[in-house]
Amino acid sequence: MTYFADVGALARKDLLLELRSRDTLPAMVLFVVSTLVVFNFSLPADTGDLAAYGLLWVAIVFTAILGLTRAFAAEREQRVLDGLVLAPCDRSAIWLGKGIAVVAFLALAEVVALPAFALFFEPVTWELVAAVALADVGLAAVGTLLAAMAAASRARELLLPLLFLPLVIPIVVGGVGASIGDDPGRYLAFLGLYDLIFAILSWASFEYVVTE
Amino acid sequence: MTSAERYVTAAYLVVLGVLLAYLVIYAFKLSRLEREVGELAELARRRKEEAA
Amino acid sequence: MSTSLPNNRAVALAAAAFALLLVGLALAFYWVPDAPLEGFRQRIFYIHVPVALTAYACFGWAAWKALRLLSTRDRRYDLESYTAVHMGVIFGILTLVTGSIWARTSWGVWWSWGERQLVLFLVLFLFYSAYFMLRYSVEPGPRRASMSAVYALFGVVLIPVSFLAIRLAEGLIHPVVFDRDIGSNLAGSQLLTFGVCLAGTLALAAALYANELTGKRIDARLRELREALQ
Repeated sequence: MTYFADVGALARKDLLLELRSRDTLPAMVLFVVSTLVVFNFSLPADTGDLAAYGLLWVAIVFTAILGLTRAFAAEREQRVLDGLVLAPCDRSAIWLGKGIAVVAFLALAEVVALPAFALFFEPVTWELVAAVALADVGLAAVGTLLAAMAAASRARELLLPLLFLPLVIPIVVGGVGASIGDDPGRYLAFLGLYDLIFAILSWASFEYVVTE
Repeated sequence: MTSAERYVTAAYLVVLGVLLAYLVIYAFKLSRLEREVGELAELARRRKEEAA
Repeated sequence: MSTSLPNNRAVALAAAAFALLLVGLALAFYWVPDAPLEGFRQRIFYIHVPVALTAYACFGWAAWKALRLLSTRDRRYDLESYTAVHMGVIFGILTLVTGSIWARTSWGVWWSWGERQLVLFLVLFLFYSAYFMLRYSVEPGPRRASMSAVYALFGVVLIPVSFLAIRLAEGLIHPVVFDRDIGSNLAGSQLLTFGVCLAGTLALAAALYANELTGKRIDARLRELREALQ
């Protein structure tokens, strides 16, 4: 089971790095809370209460972009990614390890964001929490792969949102639907389906993204 | 022409228009390719003369 | 490098496209009767839907070539996949424009978020436009080829997932879904006209694809030549 040992080591590396440098996570937390505050000023007085849920999901997606932009930044700066690729581990383990770290970052940011949202705008239901959890998996699965692509390009931070946003539109639909719809189960199931399909696809194709 | 006829014709004309635009762009590309072939032929001829 | 497409094939495709589209358009304008409910404006159907289906076909073709690239590592598939995406985007733009015109003439608006096909194509258009951004910002080489291939595969998986998402979204976001007297029961004459137009549009896309591919291959070979001579 060295595969999972590799995955664990990689995820731990990212989390420890963050613990020591403490730059990405505080930025994500601050970003998501600031965005929520901006929303207060951007919603006209007579908008329905439900609009806030939509904006929450926008905030989550953009916070994910922020976190993902940093995902391979350290690697790039230190050429560690090349080393990792040469390492005798299955390349997809890199994706899984990094993805787990991204989910952790997102979850930690949301631990602050969701109570803030409940305070500022609307109550947070269990369906919303479940949707956020499922969405985190999808965002991390797809985002980690795309971040690796963007890291190899000249445009880097510019490229990731362009690649990312069209792909995560279904997540937004699933998330908003689970938050406000009458039948949240359907949307949660859809999120689960999205996660399954794209996690498998990302896991299988990560190797081709990082090697020649 | 009725309004409906105008719109239907517009839709088909747009398709034609895009295809014609593609044709124009392609014509430019072909002339560039022709120019490059000419340059390379010149290069090859000069090389041949130098070798001789 | 590999051998190029035999010229016969490109010529045959162009000839087929010419014949099929000529006949198809004639059928669409002169022969097929007006639709009972929609009237004359329904005839946009004979260009809009074939163009949309052709765009899907191009993206599917690109994904197939991408898969071939990833499994064989043969670089020629990169060019083929790229050209197919290019064609797909061109036909995608045509789908959006013809669809918008159809919306305008049917319901008076240039855009409707309730029109599933249009919304899906908008998402795909954004996705495949990013494909070009990806290609332009990475150095040419095997890495770029692999990444483009993976992205093209993601695109084709996105098509059904997005479609599902858009259908689900209708429950939340757009209470108004305009109805259209479309494909449900096509009369024989309509089906024939549609079929011919579809075949013609597909042949057109294939002919353009062959042309474009040849042009790109010539480009690549000229570059090789230049490097060999200098």
